[in-house]
Amino acid sequence: MSKDTIVAHTISVLVANEPGILARVVGLFSGRGYNIESLTVAETNAQESQSRITIVTKGTPMIIEQIKAQLDRLVPVYRVRDLTVEGPHIERELALVKVKGVGEKRVEALRLADVFRAKVIDAKSDSFVFEVTGNTDKVQTFVGLMENLGLVDVVRTGIVAMSRGGEAL
Amino acid sequence: MKPEESATTGADLLVKALIDEEVEVVFGYPGGAVLPIYDSLFKQNRLRHVLVRHEQAAVHAAEGYARSTGKVGVVLVTSGPGATNAVTGLTDALMDSIPIVCLTGQVPTHLIGNDAFQEADTTGITRPCTKHNYLVKSVGDLARSVHEAFYVARSGRPGPVVIDLPKDVLMNKHEYVAPPKVAVTHKSYRPQTQPDPKKIEQAIEMIAGAKRPVFYAGGGIINAGPKASKLLTQFVHLTGYPVTNTLMGLGSFPASDKQFLGMLGMHGTYEANLAMHGCDVMINIGARFDDRITGNLTKFSPGSKKIHVDIDPSSINKNVRVDLAIVGDAGIVLEELVKAWKAKQPKVDQKALKAWWAQIDTWRARNCLAYKPNNKVIKPQFALERLYHHIKDKDHYITTEVGQHQMWAAQFLKFEQPNRWMTSGGLGTMGYGFPAALGVQIAHPEALVIDVAGEASILMNIQELSTAAQYRLPVKIFVLNNHYMGMVRQWQELLHGGRYSESYSESLPDFVKVADAFGARGLRCEDPDKLDDTIKEMIELKHPVIVDVIVDEKENCFPMIPSGAAHNEMLLGPDDKQSAKVSEEGMVLV
Ligand SMILES: Cc1cc2nc3c(=O)[nH]c(=O)nc-3n(C[C@H](O)[C@H](O)[C@H](O)COP(=O)(O)OP(=O)(O)OC[C@H]3O[C@@H](n4cnc5c(N)ncnc54)[C@H](O)[C@@H]3O)c2cc1C
Ligand SMILES: Cc1ncc(C[n+]2csc(CCOP(=O)(O)OP(=O)(O)O)c2C)c(N)n1
Ligand SMILES: [Mg+2]
Repeated sequence: MSKDTIVAHTISVLVANEPGILARVVGLFSGRGYNIESLTVAETNAQESQSRITIVTKGTPMIIEQIKAQLDRLVPVYRVRDLTVEGPHIERELALVKVKGVGEKRVEALRLADVFRAKVIDAKSDSFVFEVTGNTDKVQTFVGLMENLGLVDVVRTGIVAMSRGGEAL
Repeated sequence: MKPEESATTGADLLVKALIDEEVEVVFGYPGGAVLPIYDSLFKQNRLRHVLVRHEQAAVHAAEGYARSTGKVGVVLVTSGPGATNAVTGLTDALMDSIPIVCLTGQVPTHLIGNDAFQEADTTGITRPCTKHNYLVKSVGDLARSVHEAFYVARSGRPGPVVIDLPKDVLMNKHEYVAPPKVAVTHKSYRPQTQPDPKKIEQAIEMIAGAKRPVFYAGGGIINAGPKASKLLTQFVHLTGYPVTNTLMGLGSFPASDKQFLGMLGMHGTYEANLAMHGCDVMINIGARFDDRITGNLTKFSPGSKKIHVDIDPSSINKNVRVDLAIVGDAGIVLEELVKAWKAKQPKVDQKALKAWWAQIDTWRARNCLAYKPNNKVIKPQFALERLYHHIKDKDHYITTEVGQHQMWAAQFLKFEQPNRWMTSGGLGTMGYGFPAALGVQIAHPEALVIDVAGEASILMNIQELSTAAQYRLPVKIFVLNNHYMGMVRQWQELLHGGRYSESYSESLPDFVKVADAFGARGLRCEDPDKLDDTIKEMIELKHPVIVDVIVDEKENCFPMIPSGAAHNEMLLGPDDKQSAKVSEEGMVLV
């Protein structure tokens, strides 16, 4: 791989869940001109008051190395792991997809939802809200298919990721 | 004793915490939000408060104090404008890795977010310009936050830390929490100071195998404490290799030593830059491959294997990819290197080393700092040579403002020890030098403290003459007055066809009268023959002094590597202009 090739990396960051932590992370990316493709954050250990942030970012290998070093340097950051280089991992995201329509289209939407194992979580006589989970590709494909079937709204969580096997972060 | 009885106000707790952190002096400026702290200061006599005249100056003074002592500098400012005025200083300290704790007042917690009087989002504003910051929301967290802040500021790669203190937190009561007895282990922040022993071995092998080596030593060695400078000197002597310093590293290796090549970089010496360009092994210790050093990255030291020792992993492979990275404290790493070298007694290729020194001597023979002497007007370089002659045997400290005078000071004053040279390198803040000198003088009351200044820069914090007068700080301001923002004019000459847009120092005040008005002493010198007497008089005066040295207006600072050029494309003097074709890429660089 050339040193100028742009690659996407999924990075997992364990942080102290304290005020301003997200601003620190986001500010780092905007201040230094790094890309954020996706970012998710929530508390994962209430007792220790820790949150996990999953970031998908793009850059040359040197930039990716910088991003990790810069994240690790923030005082409330415990650990930074690059899931993309540290072996196999799983990525998932969840989307809520609202589709409006009647007749053929409505039936077809429901059929496709079944194929994608999307759940119906709200139904009206002329609309559905589907919940679909999977990797980005799957979610994107599903949303794409719904476009012709009355898609009116979509919301996505962004990616959460974890390494395979028995090891913790 | 019941808790209420032993409880004290947040402001008193704060003062107690500062005293426990061995703080001796606080540089500050009062206002509504910090009145409780000022009241607590009034009631005690352990902590000294120095009242500056602008909050930016408080931070620079604390930086001067910190850099000249190795201690943490402490700042106290009020909310809103007090905090925003401090931002330049904080950014300066961040760029130059200076340990600062800055206490800012804040509106009471219940008003935060209401656009209250003198409210500013201080933690928001200072997040990108501090190493870390805290908003203390409850008095119970106050003492702990202060202790943690000091630890964060001084450990690892040092830097500024802000503690934002809402007024109600300062007035509420709580019991005091003393700093932890044993070194704190922070839950998430753990700087790595010990190097990986395997890498020490590899480094020794690479260093010993070099044929054209050079040490490139930076500010990180100063950060690591005076012992690190001693160890650097020892290691350089053990190897017999040449060494160059960055602007921030000056003093980490004695300038008079024959293995010293002078400063490198944009205004560095011919021999230092060509040694960097031509070396086969580069040993970077505590320097960060700044763009003032590397010039054109693609042409930077193309043939060398590079070792980089740095305490901050984010400094490594940021600008320049290196072959061996050692994360650790410069002092500890140098100690390990010296130990390993002595144990192994590696065989160095002496023939190659001799040839390398012979090559370096031919570069030295170019005498790149030479200038055309003149007996009618004072050349700025001459002024600094004379200054150095008169101070070299005295216990002295130098600070600078930013511009040509700063670069000449770096080239013409010689630094034999660390912590004697305070300059704004990373941010390049005009107005830094004078308040920094005040901070140095507070820390070293008996020493001779000189701010080498330009006539434009000095006006940026000239109000601090009032502080100097109040505390009888006999700081000397040595103005190299060329009636131009000389550094700007030099670039306009080089890059913009000599169109000197807005770089003339118009309507300058009479500096002698300015000094007089503030209760300081003013001297002026326009005649090269009278310079020695003026300098002697300046040194003898036990007052703050401004010396207005009228120097050659058109002198430029050489050598110079134009933006976007490589180390071997250096301009050596005014007659070297023909080669000064600055590339389009170079034009966009600063
Ligand atoms: C007008 C102007 C012109 C300039 N021209 C030049 C020039 O010609 N030449 C020049 O050299 N500079 C020049 N500079 C300064 C330049 O901008 C940089 O500030 C300077 O080069 C940086 O010095 P440094 O690499 O030593 O790093 P510093 O900024 O001092 O950084 C220190 C490095 O050491 C690391 N460190 C900190 N503590 C430790 C420790 N305990 N152990 C190990 N590592 C540690 C840090 O992580 C960091 O990477 C100029 C500035 C101005 C304003
Ligand atoms: C606060 C700030 N504003 C602008 C600059 C850009 N700048 C760099 S050097 C310089 C001129 C400095 O003039 P002077 O103090 O007279 O020094 P000289 O170069 O003439 O020695 C300017 C404007 C800066 N470094 N800092
Ligand atoms: Mg000037």
